[in-house]
Formats: sequence, C-alpha cells, structure tokens
Amino acid sequence: MAEIATAPQPAASAAANRTPVIELRNVSKTFGEVRSLSNVNFAVYPGEIVGLLGDNGAGKSTVVKTIMGFHRPDAGGEIYFHGKRIDDWSVARARALGIETVYQERALCEKQPIWRNMFMGREPRTRWGLLDVRRMREECSRLMSEHMGFTSAAVHPDNVVTTMSGGEKQGVAITRALHFDAELVILDEPTMGLSLTETKKTLDFVSNIKKAGKSAVFIDHNIFHVYPVVDRLYVLDRGKVAGVYDKSQISMDDLIDRLYRVARTGALD
Amino acid sequence: MVTETAGAKPTNNRVSPPSALRRHGSQLGIISVGLVMWLSFVIAAPTVFTNVKIYAAFAQTTPQFGIIALALTFVVITGEIDLSFPSIMALGTAAFCLVCAYGGMPWYVGLAVGFGTGALCGLINGFLVAKLAIPSLVITIGTSFLYRGLELVLMNGTGVPLTAEEFPEMHAIFREPILGFPVQTLWMVAIALVLWVLLNRTRFGAHVFLVGDNPTSARLMGINVVSVKTRAFMLVGVMAVFAGILTSIYGYYFWPTTGDGFLLNTIASVFLGGTSVFGGTGSVIGTFVASYIIGAINAGIVSAGINAFYTQLAFGFVIVISVVLQIIIERRIRRQSLTGR
Repeated sequence: MAEIATAPQPAASAAANRTPVIELRNVSKTFGEVRSLSNVNFAVYPGEIVGLLGDNGAGKSTVVKTIMGFHRPDAGGEIYFHGKRIDDWSVARARALGIETVYQERALCEKQPIWRNMFMGREPRTRWGLLDVRRMREECSRLMSEHMGFTSAAVHPDNVVTTMSGGEKQGVAITRALHFDAELVILDEPTMGLSLTETKKTLDFVSNIKKAGKSAVFIDHNIFHVYPVVDRLYVLDRGKVAGVYDKSQISMDDLIDRLYRVARTGALD
Repeated sequence: MVTETAGAKPTNNRVSPPSALRRHGSQLGIISVGLVMWLSFVIAAPTVFTNVKIYAAFAQTTPQFGIIALALTFVVITGEIDLSFPSIMALGTAAFCLVCAYGGMPWYVGLAVGFGTGALCGLINGFLVAKLAIPSLVITIGTSFLYRGLELVLMNGTGVPLTAEEFPEMHAIFREPILGFPVQTLWMVAIALVLWVLLNRTRFGAHVFLVGDNPTSARLMGINVVSVKTRAFMLVGVMAVFAGILTSIYGYYFWPTTGDGFLLNTIASVFLGGTSVFGGTGSVIGTFVASYIIGAINAGIVSAGINAFYTQLAFGFVIVISVVLQIIIERRIRRQSLTGR
C-alpha cells in the first residue's frame, strides 16, 4: 500500500514528459536514532506550485532543508536538478542554481542591518573583489519600497533587524528570496505569526511566483491558505509521503477529511 | 487614554535612518573615554603629557599587543575567543629564531616560517573550535599550553639575542623610527587599515558578522561557518607572530617567556573597543583606539606620579565601566525597539 502511495505521480497539469526542476528520489534522513524521513519521493515541475501538508513533526522542514542542501540525505537518496543527478549538493550550490527559501525560522541575523541580511551569503562585489556596500544599500532601499511596501521613511536599510516587527522581518526574508530571481522558491510556513494584511501580501506573493513562470513549494499549517494557491499537494505523515494529489482530483473538504484521518490512523484511505 | 492610542496609530515614529549616534555609538563612546582620560592625564601631569617623549614611548609599546587585538576582534565577532595567542607569539618567534639564528637562513625565510607557524596554530585552533564544535574558551587554554610547551622544548628554555648587527633588515623594518616616527605604530596603522577593509569590505568580513550573530541562519543561507571561524583564528595566529617578532626585536632578545602578560591587555582592548561579548558586532576602529587607551593608562599612571600599583586598579575601572555602559546602551536600544519609543 505504501508503495502505491509513495510512487511519484506527475500531475496532469505538469506534462509527464517534462523534467522536474528539483526531484528527491528515495530520500531518507536519520538524525541519530530518529528517522525523520523515509523513502521520500518528491518533485516540483516548472511553473507549478506544490503544497506540502502534514502535522507537526511530519518532516516538512526536513524535506525543505534536504532540497536546500542543508541536510545531506542518507545513503541511497538522490537529488536531481533538471534531471541531472547532483552529488555535491550544498546550500551555496542550491542557491547558485536558483533555489531560494523563506525558512520557518526566517534565517535572519537580527543584530545586523537590513542590507546585510538581504544579501546574506550572496553579497555583490565590485570588480576589485570588494563588497559593493553602496549597491547593497541602494538595492535594499529599492526592494524595500517596491516589494515590501515600506515607505522609504519608515524603515531604512541601515536599521538593524531587531527593531522590526514580525511582519517586517518576514518581509525581509521574502524579499530576499525574491530578489535573486529564483527559479524555485520554497516557503516554509511563511504566514506564521503574520497579521491579516501581511498574510494577504504573502499569499499574493506566492501567486505572483506562478505568474512569473517560476515554481514554488508552499508549506503551511493552514489549509485555507494552501489550497487556493497550489496546483498539487503532497501530504506527509511521520516522515513518509502519505499521498500526492492534483488539485482537480480533490476538494478542500475531502482533503481536510483525509488529513484528519491520516493524523489519527496514519493512513489516508 | 483611548484617544491617545488611536492618535499614536501611525507607527512610523521608528523613523528613517538610525542616528549616527546609534550606529556608531560604541565607537564614539570609546573615543570620548579616550579623550577624557587623556585630558585628565594632561591636567594631572602637564609637564609629562605636553612632552612628545611620552607619546613616542607608548607608540612603540602599544602595537606589541594592539596588533593582536585588531585580529582578535574578528574572532570575538564570530562569537569565539582565543586565549592561546601569547603562546603562538612565542612559538612563531621561536620558529624564526630556529631558522635564522640557529639555521643560518636569511631573515625573510625566517619570517615566512614564523608566520606559517602562526597560521598553522590558528588552523588547529579553528579546526578544534569550528569543526569539532568545542567551546573556544576551553580548548584554547589547552592549545595554549601545547604551543608554549612545544616552544619551550624546541628552545630548551633558552633565549636568543636578536642584535641589530646580526639582523640589520629586521631592525630596519620593525624597530627603526621612520622620520622620527615610531615604526611600530606605523605598522599598527597599516594593519588596522587592511583589517578594516577585510572586515567591512570583503565577503569574509561580512560573513564574520553573520556567523557571530546567528550561526544557524548563516548556515541556512549557505555560509560556511567552519571556514569563516577557522580563517579568523588563522588571522590571530599570524598577527600574534607579527607581534611576537615586533616585541622581540624591540627588546633585542627573544625570551622564551615572550607573550606572558599580553593576554589581558589584548582581550581588554577588544572588549573596551565595543566588540560585543555575545558576538555579531564589533569594530576595528574601536579596538584600535582602545588599545592606545590601555597602553596610555600604564604610561599615564606612572608619569602622573601615582604609585604603579594603581595601574591595574585603573585598568579594572575603565574596562568594567565601559563594558557595563555598552550593555546598558544595547539593552536600551532593544527596549526602545520593543515599545516603539
């Protein structure tokens, strides 16, 4: 039964002959005694938004961090980028290839000014090889007013992140992912702790990714946020892929029903 | 009450660019501490402190630990500490002596071997701290004994004369004043400039801040935390050997105890300069100014006619008060940001 459930099912919307942007094949991850993921198959096709659902501890964040090269899969697991198997996967590599993530924990350095956070790990340099601090400040200022909706008087690139509200911090994390023109954006619970308007902005952002022809993975506890924006859904349970659905195959009520069932019994049907 | 909160609705009182005071607060603070101290010395001992000689004196001695403090700033910003640099000073200089005084090799080979030794010591520290995740406070005490022990065994506990006749180039580079100006301070200025650029205008420097601020975030964004920390420790290693050679040439003699008494001055300079004990913030300029303050306290107390036993007391006051002030200022900023006021 598990075999059937975990078999990759390319959705009808993403033509079966297309190669995924990113694909995990048979990925397991063990932390000491704890098996966080077991034999996960996961794929994101160009131009689609994939939802990742599951209870706390289902392994959603571990999937994200494996895609990003932060965790190395156990022996036997493989990562493919555009159909090419990649063995020396790392965060720097993943980002260089155009995968950006808005992490649940935001991954900000709060004592640093916004501009340092915005370009963290991918700082632009002048042709002398030195940091292009001026460009970082200007670019940051522009991004903040254009994408984060901050009026330039309210928040300055030199402000340290500690001084910002939760929504503003999330804004920095999202704008950072957006800035590098990523091909695949992963959002790990991006609406957590956000106000109503901030949540709306974040969901709009997810929809815009699709309009721009890029792909996204969207993780959220709130099914009412996830369902409307995604094309395909993965349900994770206790480290396993419990089901993959095309949105056209399943209604929201049906999905909620199944999620309850999987939480109780560990099986979808 | 109700109208007040309604009136306070536009939350944009967290206005625009942070004031220069807030951005450079700790640096301005340390500079004013320095000025106040200098003025009080001038008032207490005008004949001494209006004479150039006193300045020449501590312009020669301060860089002997100040140069290490500049490099140590990097390690402290990454959230670590290195207590082994006094031993690296000695081991690296011993390597120089072995190669040149005993081995008869030219001075530049000795310098290269000395700096190489320092880099290697730093690499070992960095590996233990960053790769094996051992607290630096503990493990660098261990490596400190290791490096000192190795140096004592290699040198058999004896010193080496480093006379100007035997090492004319070394004395020209590290001792002879240039146009009457102490060359030690010229070296310190040059190194401070290079390290300022390294910290503020290179990716390595940017990553030093990020790693010290939040290593998990840094890793999530693809920064190699182990490499950044290791390079910071290597920088301290090389600069410690530079300081060891500067000190030994200044005294015409390599003492196997070189580095003893440097530990606290150096660390005090870093913290006095506004570099945070918690990592993530710090400045080369702050450490530079603070080094000269520490250097001046010594000279100042003695020449003001105060008993030299007061030196440590003065050190203690200056360091404790400025660190406390920094913490208070930092908390205030944080509280302001929470209440929005």
